[in-house]
Amino acid sequence: MANFYTQEVAKSPRIQKLIDHLFEQKPQIEADRAVLITESYRASEGKPVITRRAEAFEHILKNIPITIRPLELIVGSATVRPRSCQTFPEFSFEWLEQEFDTVETRSADPFYISDETKAKLTEAYKYWKGKTTSELATEYMSENAKLAMEHNIFTTGNYFYNGVGHVTVDYGEVLSIGFEGIIKKAQSALESCHEGDSDYARRSSFLKAVIKSLNAACEYAERYALLALDMAKQETDPNRRMELALIANNCANVPRRGASSFYEACQSFWFVQMLLQTESSGHSISPGRFDQYMYPYYKRDIESGKITREFAQELIDCIWVKLNDLTKVRDAASAEGFAGYGVFQNLIAGGQNEEGIDVTNDLSFMCIGASMHVMLPQPSLSVRIWNGTPHEFLIRAAELTRLGIGLPAYYNDEVIIPALVSRGLTLADARNYNIIGCVEPQVSGKTDGWHDAAFFNMCRPLELVFSNGVDNGVQIGPKTGALPEFDTFDKFYDAYKAQMNYMIELLVNADNSIDYAHAERCPLPFLSSMIEDCIGRGKSVQEGGAVYNFTGPQGFGIANMADSLCAIRTLVYEQRKYTLCEFADALRNNYGEPMSDLISEQLTATIVKELSAKGREVTPQEIAEIYSKVKANETSPDKKAFYQKLREDIDALPKFGNDIAEVDMFARDVAYTYTRPLERYTNPRGGKYHAGLYPVSANVPLGAQTGATPDGRLAGTPVADGVSPAAGRDVKGPTASCNSVSKLDHFIASNGTLFNMKFHPSALKGRSGLEGFAALVRGYFAQKGMHMQFNVVSRETLLEAQKYPEKYRSLVVRVAGYSALFTTLSRSLQDDIINRTEQGGF
Amino acid sequence: MNTAGRIFDIQKFSVHDGPGVRTIVFLKGCVLRCRWCCNPESQNYKIEQMETAGKIKTIGRDVTVKEVMDEVAKDRVYYGLSGGGLTLSGGECLCQPEFAAALLRAAHDFGFNTAIESTACAPIETIRMLLPHLDHYLMDIKHVNPQKHKEFTGKDNKLILDNAKILSREARHLVIRVPVIPTFNDTVEEISDISRFVSEIMPGGEINLLPYHRLGFDKYKGLGRDYTLKNITPPEDSKMELLLETAKKFGLRAKIGG
Repeated sequence: MANFYTQEVAKSPRIQKLIDHLFEQKPQIEADRAVLITESYRASEGKPVITRRAEAFEHILKNIPITIRPLELIVGSATVRPRSCQTFPEFSFEWLEQEFDTVETRSADPFYISDETKAKLTEAYKYWKGKTTSELATEYMSENAKLAMEHNIFTTGNYFYNGVGHVTVDYGEVLSIGFEGIIKKAQSALESCHEGDSDYARRSSFLKAVIKSLNAACEYAERYALLALDMAKQETDPNRRMELALIANNCANVPRRGASSFYEACQSFWFVQMLLQTESSGHSISPGRFDQYMYPYYKRDIESGKITREFAQELIDCIWVKLNDLTKVRDAASAEGFAGYGVFQNLIAGGQNEEGIDVTNDLSFMCIGASMHVMLPQPSLSVRIWNGTPHEFLIRAAELTRLGIGLPAYYNDEVIIPALVSRGLTLADARNYNIIGCVEPQVSGKTDGWHDAAFFNMCRPLELVFSNGVDNGVQIGPKTGALPEFDTFDKFYDAYKAQMNYMIELLVNADNSIDYAHAERCPLPFLSSMIEDCIGRGKSVQEGGAVYNFTGPQGFGIANMADSLCAIRTLVYEQRKYTLCEFADALRNNYGEPMSDLISEQLTATIVKELSAKGREVTPQEIAEIYSKVKANETSPDKKAFYQKLREDIDALPKFGNDIAEVDMFARDVAYTYTRPLERYTNPRGGKYHAGLYPVSANVPLGAQTGATPDGRLAGTPVADGVSPAAGRDVKGPTASCNSVSKLDHFIASNGTLFNMKFHPSALKGRSGLEGFAALVRGYFAQKGMHMQFNVVSRETLLEAQKYPEKYRSLVVRVAGYSALFTTLSRSLQDDIINRTEQGGF
Repeated sequence: MNTAGRIFDIQKFSVHDGPGVRTIVFLKGCVLRCRWCCNPESQNYKIEQMETAGKIKTIGRDVTVKEVMDEVAKDRVYYGLSGGGLTLSGGECLCQPEFAAALLRAAHDFGFNTAIESTACAPIETIRMLLPHLDHYLMDIKHVNPQKHKEFTGKDNKLILDNAKILSREARHLVIRVPVIPTFNDTVEEISDISRFVSEIMPGGEINLLPYHRLGFDKYKGLGRDYTLKNITPPEDSKMELLLETAKKFGLRAKIGG
């Protein structure tokens, strides 16, 4: 029998008011942090970098404006305005300076920025020229790596421009012994340093920086205590006055001391969570196993009658709202890749403990309840599922899925635990894993996973095979041979592998350069204080202080490459219907279809460059003419018919995602072209590389930079996301796509795989819908899939599907006795379904 | 496993047509011509052409039991986890009784749960060929009035109602399904009549009210046929609730949808 409370706990009216306040205004960029860190850096010139980091952190926390928002129970805001952001010039700043005038009006994640803020930032930026991690990383990178990035083979944008983040600290330790306990540990480590030790200088300055940072954090909380007391004095509503007094009390105690109640534990958690995001701009600071480390405090207070379940739920809901208060401004291109202001704070519920016993508890259910209450994107809620997961927990998760906010994501313990063990984690640590950011597993409090290290576009190296390593007129890859030389499919496939291997090495070069830059310029003493074994080793996370170190760059486009290589193998080498040269011509000409804007720009630039190289001057008018010609891409009727026939033949081939064993096993092999070579490499922190197979939403912008592919995909259109089948090509229903995707090797992609499915709400209706869904998740996991997430489609999606039916060919509408592919229905029927979807009908 | 038959579709991951996750095999050919039928391409036994989304598609193919089971067995993991299995739909599987019986038997051999969606409009001896390997009989009763039944489906309902009585004793598990079609059977009186009949042959039995939908509408055009119910719209939710209460008054375990 379940020993937990599974019923939904009611939502407090406070929560909606907090949410409304949060979303009242457009997010803003605030200047305070940038100004303060610059002041501190100007004053600490010449000191050890770790000391400068701690002093800057202290200076920021002493002086940054603080605020308690109306009705808050959990306090601590990085910005005065709700849902706004500070900036972090120590990592990079030039992009923001360049985008000052467009950041407010851009389509993805716009931010308001006042003239006053612009002026302050401009002044601060004067100091930072030449001093950022980004600039140092550029210095370190090889020319070839830079060239490959310029040509969009991969992008390291995330850590190149920002802090690394992507970590889960040991929240439990802070809750239990407080920062004062950690300070004691650092002090005793400091006392055991001998002046004659070879590493005394580094070790002692690191430990002192830890102590300084932690004290600064405690004092910051105490500023809130004073503010709350002040506000209490002026408060006329007696209820709120009492709340403010309680807040003052909490902030005076935590995080300095261990938490003495569930409420204090919530407050302590929050200070850690937000301060990590004040020290560095790294996102994906993931709360991890919140239901586990909070549970002792909850249990004690519930059992002693100190709090009600309703109040506990209200506090959790408050934290959920606060997690949406933190945002981050990114450069325009990255903002498109990460659209939605998300900072990917992944919080996971359920799963096993270190001994392999299921530890789903009341809080696991309440975490799901909180997401139902707030209906916001943060936290990125995940659930751990394994053979021993209580069925009711999976059903409750399915109920959240049905609400259509894309949460939670489902993770398979049965794959992730052995995958992590294969990477050197102890079994106990692996069982205690949580997820970072999007889908990346690791163990909290001991790992620097560098999880989101790059996006690697697996389609681009195939383009290089067709061009013998040349892209837009530049030799960026190895010369793998002219097309006629590939007289067998194996030779062709080997050329692809050679291009892949070469580019993967350059990716490693780029990532390691950035890694060194962070260690040298931005070590993080506050973060390091909560990651084992930094204090023991006397060095920061960035210098390799963590127990486990990894670099996890993610590849994407597997489905496109599997379908593409299958098409080549079948049509060129088996049926001999087409030659490679004909394929190359069709790809170059985008199968005779008009070119996308971006690709037209690139091609025009290449043509103009070639003309100029020949000594010809090209007038702007001529450039415009070239561009419009390129874009229209007019071809002769004969050629057009030929391309059309080719695409029809490609379309008729079996595709990944339809439970066809041969195709799926081939896709498995194609994934190895990325996952296996990476395993050979190590990073500067003494850790290994391991692959992830997922994008965030980068498959769209990076697809825009990708030419036509032999699977019939047109230039500039999105590539397949994660391990999912290419959009609209899995037409045999959800079980068939699950069976296909599970045939990939998820264990080797130990930095995470991402499988995205779309459902119409009709599929999840009633208990039978939920049970069917649960069976689908368990069935995929039984076949060793790693992760699943679901979009229950909204009215907007269906409207989109009307516009772009080719992308939504797999979307099924289900009613008893009948299922239909949405896109095959007539317009009027589609409209009918859209209207019903809005009403929540079916 | 070598018995052959004619099908026109196989659909995976159905959760509303019998327990658990199911694969539905649609058999071709039907004795009724229900005007609202959402699968008009199922009605003729002969293989035919239909235009779908601008393309001509051939409807119907001849397959062996083995070929069908190879496809059905691909989802065995989901059946095991949910108590699901194979559902035969159509068309009317009773039009191909040997094939249908062989499919059900094969499914049982594989350990899968079995169900059919059927009009039960066939001699009882034919139906009895299927019963040994049938777990759930989802049987349509569309109307108790013979004239109206004939007008809207092409046949009167005597055989169907007689079979229902027998099946209420002989089928392992019988569920009555009523497609609720405006202008045909969507009044309280008509649903009462059906419910009374069901409660008499099967006191406390199960009845599903399936609201009319127009999802098959395009197919008529694609087949070059006329859709005679152009002017009706799906019943409102409130109407369905009312009819649900009506059915419940007869002590039936009633629900909306499958």
